[in-house]
Amino acid sequence: MSTVSATAGSIPATRPKYGSMSRDRRWALRWSYFFLVLFAIFFLTPPIYMFITSLKTSAEISAATNPWWVYNPTLGNYAELLTSPSYLTYFRNSAIVSIFTVTITMLISVPAAFALSRMRFWGSATLATGVFLTYLIPETLLFLPLFKMFAVFNEWTGIELINRWWVLLLLYPTLTVPFCTWIMIGYFASIPKELDEAALMDGANYRQILTRVFIPVALPGLIAATIFAFTVSWAQFLYPLAFTTSADQLVLPVGIITSLIKGDVFNWGQIMTGALLGAAPPLIIYAFLMDYYIAGLTAGATKG
Amino acid sequence: MAQVSLRKVVKYYDDVEAVSAIDLDIADKEFVVLVGPSGCGKSTTLRMIAGLEEITDGEIAVDGEVVNDVPPKDRDMAMVFQNYALYPHMTVYQNMSFGLRLKHYPKDEIEKRVQEAARILDIKELLDRKPRQLSGGQRQRVAMGRAIVRNPKVFLFDEPLSNLDAKLRVQMRTEIKRVHQKVRTTTVYVTHDQVEAMTLADRVVVMNKGKIEQIGAPNFLYHSPATRFVAGFIGSPSMNFIPCKLEQAGEGLNVRLSDTIAFAVPAERVQRYRSAAGRELTFGVRPEHVTEAKVNGAKNLATFDAGVEVVEPMGNETMVFFSIGATEVCARTDPNAGAKVGSNLKMAAHLDHMHLIDNATGQVL
Repeated sequence: MSTVSATAGSIPATRPKYGSMSRDRRWALRWSYFFLVLFAIFFLTPPIYMFITSLKTSAEISAATNPWWVYNPTLGNYAELLTSPSYLTYFRNSAIVSIFTVTITMLISVPAAFALSRMRFWGSATLATGVFLTYLIPETLLFLPLFKMFAVFNEWTGIELINRWWVLLLLYPTLTVPFCTWIMIGYFASIPKELDEAALMDGANYRQILTRVFIPVALPGLIAATIFAFTVSWAQFLYPLAFTTSADQLVLPVGIITSLIKGDVFNWGQIMTGALLGAAPPLIIYAFLMDYYIAGLTAGATKG
Repeated sequence: MAQVSLRKVVKYYDDVEAVSAIDLDIADKEFVVLVGPSGCGKSTTLRMIAGLEEITDGEIAVDGEVVNDVPPKDRDMAMVFQNYALYPHMTVYQNMSFGLRLKHYPKDEIEKRVQEAARILDIKELLDRKPRQLSGGQRQRVAMGRAIVRNPKVFLFDEPLSNLDAKLRVQMRTEIKRVHQKVRTTTVYVTHDQVEAMTLADRVVVMNKGKIEQIGAPNFLYHSPATRFVAGFIGSPSMNFIPCKLEQAGEGLNVRLSDTIAFAVPAERVQRYRSAAGRELTFGVRPEHVTEAKVNGAKNLATFDAGVEVVEPMGNETMVFFSIGATEVCARTDPNAGAKVGSNLKMAAHLDHMHLIDNATGQVL
């Protein structure tokens, strides 16, 4: 009893200042919001400007009025583009190329990542690093040698690879496969070794381990890789610009530029509209898969 | 139902020898526990039996058939892992039936087996849950269920209780024993915990540095360890080891622990130790065989005075620590023996349970 009261009495009357947790938190929040707003303005201004411009007629765009306001809104640009056969062709080409690219990429990089991360074989670690290193070589360095290769291939076999939209299905995976493989290696590496051993003991072969255990468990990673591959192939500009030329072979980014810029006449309203519409598919995919994507980015951070 | 035998099995990781030429025969329906400190090669041995590690040399046979090159999936063994290794995207039912589904068992057969295993393990109400919704003990049950439903030739357990808290570990230990008594499958169980080994095993295999130190029934190992390592590893608190000298004393032998303490070796053991007379040895005795000198009826007691240094009351008994020479000795005494720090207590060593160990070879004489 006496010790209790002695302890109670010995607490100093003035407590030392430790600072306040809630005040710290309030300041942290203020700074967070400040920078978030800054970033939002920075990144949203261009699409908003595009949207405003897409609602204007060519006359209004070239007139010296307030560029941030639409005085005579019109959907003419949208109507014209969506009824233009060439724009729809570009769109279709882009969609086909992207979907196939994603499919090809996944079919290559998922098994490759599984093999590199799990089926310990001689040189697998070196090979895994090598795969990533290939991603570091920019396509601006690659398109000339590739062009030359295709020309030589044509001389030898007579098969024309240039100015064919499907040749993009050979080219895009060179950009997507290394990175997606790398992402998937990381994901597969985070799956405990006991899980494949348990599956082995349960009687699964390597293919079954991959399809029935690894792919479902690493689904967030798979989706992250899919989004990446889709975005890369949808937005790719240099390769289609270099390798495709006739209007019916073009994909969206190149198609907009080549068909809507005639000499020095820029059809800004339609360019903006085309770009906005072109940005829609990735946007929709992001919106649907965002939760998975975030989960994918943070998976493995804590033990499940 | 299977009998497993290992013949001169060797495992090298690069240049490091993890397991060196071990021989082991596991009888049908037997529960064998491999026990030893970490890095002794026990897990490697288990994984070689499973087929998850290739063996460098020697042969492993199941029912007389060499399985060195048989992949794990064709060995018909089931394994329970330390971290459970449940498939996180599957429900408990799917986890347990995965192996059967891979082998294309008919649906009603799968259903029957899963329900039966769930009944044995008391996890019927968990069948629709995902592993992340389960506690550690429940996960471990599911992992065992996954092994049971396959009705394999051999169960392999790789430290299955190490991730559980102390209380649950004791419960699950009993559970594993109960399951084994029900399904009677040949079982190889790896642990570093000698209590688990003692309580579960039909036979314990004590491993150290890639070699088998001793194989035997739990009580046999406890009372007749073959080496100093086994003597010290089995039993808690562990055996006291005191440097001693074996002296000739007329027809008999004396064990001299210090200038003041010396015991006459019991007559029936004199013949056994005769050849070591005159040598420096280690005297080993378990704490429960060093008690206060009040025990009636026991023969071959050697009494001596001990200056009590530390007293640890446990309720049913009191641990008393004192020194002989530079060696600390632990004794188990009656709580009413009156041990007080700083006081002298008359102690008795039960020489029927003494061990003399060759310092050079580590062998118990």
